[in-house]
Amino acid sequence: MKTTFLDFEQPIAELEAKIEELRFVQDDSAVDISEEIVRLESKSQTLTKDIYAKLSPWQIAQVARHPQRPYTLDYIQHIFTDFEELHGDRSFADDKAIVGGLARFNGQSCVVIGHQKGRDTKEKIHRNFGMPRPEGYRKALKLMRLAEKFGLPVFTFVDTPGAYPGIGAEERGQSEAIGRNLYVMAELKVPIVCTIIGEGGSGGALAIAVGDQVQMLQYSTYSVISPEGCASILWKSAEKAPEAAETMGITAARLKSLGLIDKIVNEPVGGAHRDYRAMSQSLRRALSDALRSFADLTPSQLVDRRFDRLMAYGKFKEAAVR
Amino acid sequence: MSWLKKLLPPKIKREAPSKKSIPEGLWSKCVSCEAVLYRSDLDSNLGVCPKCGHHQRIRARARMDMLLDPEGRFEVGAEVVPVDPLKFKDSRRYPDRLSAAADDTSEADAMVVMQGAIKTLPVVIACFEFDFLGGSMGSVVGERFVRGVRQALEHNCPFICITATGGARMQEGLFSLMQMAKTTAAITRLGRQRLPFITLLTDPTMGGVSASFAFVGDVVIAEPGALIGFAGPRVIEQTVRETLPEGFQRSEFLLEKGAVDMIVDRRQLRDKLADIITLLTRQPAASL
Repeated sequence: MKTTFLDFEQPIAELEAKIEELRFVQDDSAVDISEEIVRLESKSQTLTKDIYAKLSPWQIAQVARHPQRPYTLDYIQHIFTDFEELHGDRSFADDKAIVGGLARFNGQSCVVIGHQKGRDTKEKIHRNFGMPRPEGYRKALKLMRLAEKFGLPVFTFVDTPGAYPGIGAEERGQSEAIGRNLYVMAELKVPIVCTIIGEGGSGGALAIAVGDQVQMLQYSTYSVISPEGCASILWKSAEKAPEAAETMGITAARLKSLGLIDKIVNEPVGGAHRDYRAMSQSLRRALSDALRSFADLTPSQLVDRRFDRLMAYGKFKEAAVR
Repeated sequence: MSWLKKLLPPKIKREAPSKKSIPEGLWSKCVSCEAVLYRSDLDSNLGVCPKCGHHQRIRARARMDMLLDPEGRFEVGAEVVPVDPLKFKDSRRYPDRLSAAADDTSEADAMVVMQGAIKTLPVVIACFEFDFLGGSMGSVVGERFVRGVRQALEHNCPFICITATGGARMQEGLFSLMQMAKTTAAITRLGRQRLPFITLLTDPTMGGVSASFAFVGDVVIAEPGALIGFAGPRVIEQTVRETLPEGFQRSEFLLEKGAVDMIVDRRQLRDKLADIITLLTRQPAASL
C-alpha cells in the first residue's frame, strides 16, 4: 500500500518519491546506486522522526484521522484470535459504525467493542464515517452485559468524530443510549480497558470509554468537541481549528499531564499507519499490562476503584462560603 | 460644566430625564405569543404566560423558591468554585468570561444545589443556571452535583436534577467531558440505596447533559415546549441537509417518541413531584 502523506509531511513525501525513482532505475543502471538508496532511506527516517518530534496538536489531529490509520477491525485481526462478531442491538438495527463480539486475547476469552470507520467511499458510507446511532451504543451495551454475565474482560477501541447528529438518531434516543452506557459502565463488574486509537470525539467516544484504564495511542486525540466545532462556536470560524486544538488540550501528552488519561502507547516512527504490526505489538503489551494489574481485584473492589477514579475528575477550588 | 453651558439661559437648560419614568422590567413580552404582560402577573404565574401557557426560562433560585418549602432549606456545594485548568483563551480569557457571568448572575457557576423539602418531603435539588455561560457543565457543576448526591445519600432522601443547559463547557476541554461520566456514575449510588432520582428537563437540555444523567432518571419529566436533544437543530440540519420536522426535539415530540415519562405544567410541578416521591417510597399521599 502506498503511503498517503499529509500536508506537513511533504518533505518526507518528496524524499520518498526520489527513493522510489532511484529504485526504479536501479535495475537497468550500470552504476551501483544501492548505497545512495540506503543513505536516502535513513535520511527519510531521520526527517520523519524530526517532523514527528514536534507535531502541533492540529497536526496530530490530522494523523489521528489519517486515511490509512489502523481501525478497530485491524487491531482485532492483529491482536485477538477467534473473533466472533455479534451483530445488532436486538431491537432496531445493526449499526455498522460500532463492531464488537467475543474473542480471545492471549488465549483468554474476552469481549471486544470498537468504533469502525471505512477506507474507501463506499465503506465509509457503510460505516457512517464511524459515527454511531443509538443502535450502535445499544449493541455495545448488549455486549458489555454479556461480558459481565460470563465474567469476561472488556476491551474497547475508540475512534469516532462523534455520535451521529441525525433526525432518526434523535428520535430513537441518542442521548439516552449514551447516558445509559455511562451508567452501566460505571458499575460493570468486569475489567474494562479503553484505548483511544484515533479520534476520541466527545460523548460519542465517552459512551464506550469509561473504564479501569483509559489509554491513548501517541497520535490519537480526545476532546469534548472537535477543534473545528470549537472554533466555529468560540471564534465564529472553523479556520481557527488549529488554535482551538492548541488551547483545548486534545493530545495524549497534554491529557496525560493533566491526569485525564492513564497511559500513552507509543506509535512507530511516522505514525501507526506506517507499521500495523509494530503498532499492534506495542498495543498488545499495553493491554496485557493493564489486564494483569486488575487480576487480583474482586469485582466489588474493581467497581469501587473505578468509582473513585470517576469522582476524582475535575479541577476546581474550595472557597469560604459567602 | 462647560463655559458654553453656563452661558445658556436657564430656560433651555437640558433637564436630566425624569426619575419618575417607568421602572425597568414592569412589563414583559411573551416570547411565544408576544402578549404584553405585567411582570408581576407573570411572576405570580411562575413564569408561565397566562395567555398562551408558554413556559419562560427562569433562574435557578427562582426555581428553588417555587418548589421547596420556605423553611429548613440550605445550599450544598457553594464552596466549590471554578478555576481555569487549561489557561483557555479564545476571543476572551476564560477567567474573564467567568467573572462576567458571575457579575451578571450573582452565581459562581452554572449550578445551584439545595437541600430542603417539597410539601414536607425531604429532597435534594440540583438546578442548572442557564444564564451562567449557557448552563454549561464544567468541573464545578459536576462536583456540586456529586456533593448533592452525597447529601441525598446521607439523609436518605430523593435527588432531583433540573436541567437547563447547552451541554459541556468547552473552555474546560476534556475535564468537562469527564463530568458526564462522573455525574452519571454518582447516580449509581442512589440506585444502590433505592433512593429516587428524578430529572426535570427544561428549556433547553442539550449535548453532554442530555447524553449523561438526564435520561437515566427513575422518572424523567419534561416541561412543556422545552428543546431537548443530543445534537443542536442547526448541527442536524447541516448534517442531513433537510428541514427538520415540525416540533422536532420539543418535549411533546419526545413524549410521542417514548423518550420522556411525562410532561408537567410548571404550575402543577410541586404537587406532581410530591406525589411521585411518595409513590416511589411507599409513603401515604402528601398532605398540605
